[in-house]
Amino acid sequence: MIQRPSRLQRPNAQIALGGLTGIAALASVLIIVLMLVFLAIYAYPAIRFNGLGFFSGTIWNIGNQYGSGSVTRNGFSAEPGAIFGAIVFIFGSVATSTLAMLIAIPFSIMVAMALVYRVHPRIRPIANALVELMAGVPSVVYGLWGMVVLVPLIARLPGAGSGNGLLAATIILALMVTPIMVATIRDVVLAQSATIFEASMALGGTSWQAVTRAVLPSVRGGVVASVLLAFGRALGETMAVLMVCGSAINSLPQNIYQPVNTIAAVIVSQLESALTDSSGMAQRSLAELAVVLFLITLAVNIIARVALHGADRSEGQ
Amino acid sequence: MILRSAFNRLWWTVSILCLLAAIAILFIVFAFVAIRGFPALHPEIFYTVTSGIAGGLANAIAGTFLLVSVGLLMVTVVGLGTAIWIVEFAPPWGKSTVRFAIDILSGVPSIVVGYFLYVALVEALGWGFSLMAGALALAIFMLPYVVRSADIALSKVPPAMREGAFALGARPAMVVFTIAFPWAAPGILTGLLVATGIGLGETAPLIYTAGWSNYMPTLAPTYSPVGYLTYVVWTYISQPFAKSHELAYAAALLLMVFIFTTNLLARSFLEYSSSSRGRR
Repeated sequence: MIQRPSRLQRPNAQIALGGLTGIAALASVLIIVLMLVFLAIYAYPAIRFNGLGFFSGTIWNIGNQYGSGSVTRNGFSAEPGAIFGAIVFIFGSVATSTLAMLIAIPFSIMVAMALVYRVHPRIRPIANALVELMAGVPSVVYGLWGMVVLVPLIARLPGAGSGNGLLAATIILALMVTPIMVATIRDVVLAQSATIFEASMALGGTSWQAVTRAVLPSVRGGVVASVLLAFGRALGETMAVLMVCGSAINSLPQNIYQPVNTIAAVIVSQLESALTDSSGMAQRSLAELAVVLFLITLAVNIIARVALHGADRSEGQ
Repeated sequence: MILRSAFNRLWWTVSILCLLAAIAILFIVFAFVAIRGFPALHPEIFYTVTSGIAGGLANAIAGTFLLVSVGLLMVTVVGLGTAIWIVEFAPPWGKSTVRFAIDILSGVPSIVVGYFLYVALVEALGWGFSLMAGALALAIFMLPYVVRSADIALSKVPPAMREGAFALGARPAMVVFTIAFPWAAPGILTGLLVATGIGLGETAPLIYTAGWSNYMPTLAPTYSPVGYLTYVVWTYISQPFAKSHELAYAAALLLMVFIFTTNLLARSFLEYSSSSRGRR
């Protein structure tokens, strides 16, 4: 029986498929470039107007919208009294994420070790599924729980004030990044052959010593990468932090209970007020914040990928 | 010696307690949402729209599914296209460039995507808060998950099958659609389900793209804001009324149920396919 060749065999079909999928692949690359370039161009007047004061000032003020005249710096003008200092938000992002990692790193390593070495292989899929469900809980739900349960609990501590603040944001972030780190650390340890554990045991150590002195050091690169990826995630987390951070403006926290604010959270909470700025400088300054956040997470992610690839190479042997 | 084994036992106990604590937190959060949300899940919530501080969730439920469906449609086309190009057509430098870009994209904070689309689409192009802007935000956010899972699934197609097809005279398009796709389908579908779960729970990229609406969403691509469930959770809990709190909890519970269902579906799907794969 002779069959007519399928349309998929035509030369044109090869060119079309290669071309169309190539365009799709190009689109994924272009999105990143476009996002960065567009935001940077849009933020340019703010970058000039704010200068280096953006990274040292604590005051964020869109200026007097009903006043006459305007202030001009470096050829760009905003409403009188306008000043955009972002250190409160930059500090908040770095502080909440760093403190969250301090809690989440030891916790996640402990959880991952229990999953790998102490949970029966038959039960492990269930435990894994639960950890993954934890990663699937939407950020507003963590925020909701934080607002209604965690914040009032913190408020009971002496000197804690309303409870909204650095500590609440830190705890929520730690909870949110834990499942991501657990999954990565578990996978790199499981991928590492069991011989390292067994060899270390054979040398006469205890099983915990085998884990901390032989297994974990041998997957160092993977663990570092998972920590950095989680750190990047924490820096960009918006809703849950927004709901418990107390949305500080113009003031840095003096202790772990006081309100903070992060770059991601302030973009959401300040846009409405920024839209009232007739000079548009407030909105452009928010774009400058977005660019700063983009660049920080970009740097963290690139370092993480390099660590992961380095780890693949040295630990794969 | 006794001290050493005591220490050993102590550390493992701490580690198991940490695991139990992690699982307990999941249950606590879920129980909290379920206990507060379940009594609020009146049947009329599903067919009345929100009005002011109260009402139902029909508009938000429909909006969430509409946004995720349109976003999923976009991401399926672009994401699968990207994965096919990486696996079948790309030169080595192309493979590593696109894979790197996808990794980077997965680390871009969602609010940055949201703010970019707000300035570019909602304002500069004048789309207004709209279905298109919101769906695009979700699509950009879901893209890395879809590309990665499809990339992995397509790369796992046994070389022997591919080579066999080529030896019989098949050309790349033929191999993609008759050999690679059917083989990789379970992995690709799992990725799409995982992406759906992520899209369902997103808030930050939608606030300034989809906006919010008290009315049922229309299919109008632009100029027409769309409501969604996560917005209800975020804003209604800050209102000083018991009625609006009820809606927030109900919306949170629905979200958790939708997301857990997609995650479990994805998981069982992957396990089913890998177990049947083994028997072939």
